[in-house]
Amino acid sequence: MKIVVTVKQVPDTNAEKALDPKTKRLNRSSIENVLNPFDEYAIEEGLRLRESVGGDTTVTILTMAPASGTEVVRKALGMGADSAALISDESVGGSDTMATSYLLAQALRHIGFDLVLSGTQSTDAINSVVPAAVAERLGIPCLTFAKKVTLSDGRIEIQRETESGFWRVAARLPAMVSVTKGINEPRYPTLKGIMGAKKKEIKTLSLAEIGAEPARIGDAGSKTQVDSFATVGARAKGTVITVSDPKEGARQVLDFLIAKKAI
Amino acid sequence: MDFDLTTEQQDVANLCREFAEGEIAPHAQEWDAKAEFPLATVRKMGELGLLGLPFPEKYGGAGADTVSYALAVMEIGRADASVGITMAAHVSLGSQPFFSFGSEEQKQKFLVPLARGERLWAFGLTEPQAGSDAGATKTTAQLRDGRWVVNGTKCFITNAGTQMTGGVTITAVTGAGNGRAEISNVIVSQDTPGYTQAPPYKKMGWRASDTRELHFDNAEVPAENLLGERGRGFKQFLDILDGGRISVGALSVGLAQACYDAASKYARERFQFGQAIAKFQAVQFQLVDMAVEVELARNAVLKAAWLKDQGRDFATAAAMAKLFSGEVSRRCANAAVQIHGGYGFMDEYAVSRYWRDCKINEIGEGTNEVQRMVIARQLGL
Ligand SMILES: Cc1cc2nc3c(=O)[nH]c(=O)nc-3n(C[C@H](O)[C@H](O)[C@H](O)COP(=O)(O)OP(=O)(O)OC[C@H]3O[C@@H](n4cnc5c(N)ncnc54)[C@H](O)[C@@H]3O)c2cc1C
Repeated sequence: MKIVVTVKQVPDTNAEKALDPKTKRLNRSSIENVLNPFDEYAIEEGLRLRESVGGDTTVTILTMAPASGTEVVRKALGMGADSAALISDESVGGSDTMATSYLLAQALRHIGFDLVLSGTQSTDAINSVVPAAVAERLGIPCLTFAKKVTLSDGRIEIQRETESGFWRVAARLPAMVSVTKGINEPRYPTLKGIMGAKKKEIKTLSLAEIGAEPARIGDAGSKTQVDSFATVGARAKGTVITVSDPKEGARQVLDFLIAKKAI
Repeated sequence: MDFDLTTEQQDVANLCREFAEGEIAPHAQEWDAKAEFPLATVRKMGELGLLGLPFPEKYGGAGADTVSYALAVMEIGRADASVGITMAAHVSLGSQPFFSFGSEEQKQKFLVPLARGERLWAFGLTEPQAGSDAGATKTTAQLRDGRWVVNGTKCFITNAGTQMTGGVTITAVTGAGNGRAEISNVIVSQDTPGYTQAPPYKKMGWRASDTRELHFDNAEVPAENLLGERGRGFKQFLDILDGGRISVGALSVGLAQACYDAASKYARERFQFGQAIAKFQAVQFQLVDMAVEVELARNAVLKAAWLKDQGRDFATAAAMAKLFSGEVSRRCANAAVQIHGGYGFMDEYAVSRYWRDCKINEIGEGTNEVQRMVIARQLGL
């Protein structure tokens, strides 16, 4: 069985971020990039499924990133993934979810898969759209927000997290599954994994190889354009109520909430 | 000349930083306060391969180079010097002698579980009457009926009494030749009758690391527990200390970096006279000096590690790096507390721990004075 995990390189959550006023894109050059934390759960789930299914099951990492993206891919290999593929081409820059899902779908067709795993979202864009869009393009079932995944006889069943509990959703493979943060505890890469990663293949896929049409990628292939952006102003200072009598304090809080129509 | 790390070295550093930030830093203050050896965390480090980092895969190690090892100790030491020395002493003092001098059989028997991180091992050189003058060892090992009978006391020995310690390799007088004591290295397993470890010392710093006094009272070990050639013990431990200096240097760099990080962050957040104290030139200059010294110390340690990886003579570079970075860690800890003002004197702030942890960097594995003596000799003075 072939499991492919799609991952993304994102700016370190703790880093100061800046938007380039000219391109209206995030300036990625000056900040440290990391593996999207949500994707670590997908990688971990892939590795666990490989261990439970056994046989010749493999875990392949797929990412779309500049050449520097190999660093996050190497981390996934250090965790234990078998191989990796990288879509890396100048012209994919600026791709929105439409163009990105097109590129990923083309690459997935090219490398082949039984199960595609992803995180629910990336920490930079937070759209949560790509998994569904990729599945749609590939014409396969999409099971999102999985907090538990079980596989048997070519059938996948998940617990789909909802606000009040979960749904049980099942599908036949091939399928696309996005997993939530709570599903597992991602392992650290091991030293042996890191040392072994250099023997593993990181394949760079060209646009020609995956048959991606130039008109459908990058800015040209994107349906959305960023018109302008503004930074959110600092939050206004809160109101502090200081009184010696707790009853009086509670009353004032109540009045405040009523005045704000909060209750 | 190339100052870039290889992808592998970068990945090792990344892993160690991530592990240190996730699993060590959040607990460092508590372990220090309770003087608690973090057994579960050290075991986890073993599982990740950190405790066998520079040894070949065939002996259970990860097969990384010395530069990677130095980077790893820097990252771990940056989060917690105690955990850093636990790792460094285990690798450079405990395990390395087996790799450097052990027979194939000894490597299989002793080194493999150590490199896999299943056990820790200690190296016992220092004695109450033999510190800097380590050749003045009084501990004896006499060969009787095909067994070494060990008698004596070792002091200040790291990793000697943890729940995962497998034993200690000691220097002992095994005879006399040409009027000089004949010193050899002897392997003593933890369960050897007659070998006991005192309760851990109460220490000013490195409080979460295990340091003990060891007693040997007719402790008997098999004849094959001689490590390396008989009578070569003095030469062997000098050799081990050369390599150990790289790791203590790395530990000092990690601590100095932590001091800079904390001070730089605090200086931007602390307001006095209506502005961040980082705006005052007097504070800036302290931070600049710290940044400069950390950078130079790091380069010195990595250069010594690189020389070792190239199979070149690294003894002078390692002694210089150890001496310099130890002093840098002390200056940085001092400045970090100074920049924190009164808060820096409080246990609640990590810099107070850094201040207590830094001093040993100028004492352990050869005091500053001993480093200067070593370097003077190497300079032909
Ligand atoms: C926390 C901790 C962990 C340790 N772990 C280990 C371990 O795992 N294994 C181990 O074997 N040892 C270990 N040690 C021992 C350590 O290596 C020694 O403490 C160190 O080598 C100094 O020896 P000493 O304490 O006897 O000091 P001394 O040798 O008594 O030195 C006292 C002072 O005299 C100076 N001095 C001595 N001789 C000269 C000279 N010829 N010229 C000028 N100045 C001189 C010294 O520099 C120092 O300032 C550890 C020590 C500590 C505190």
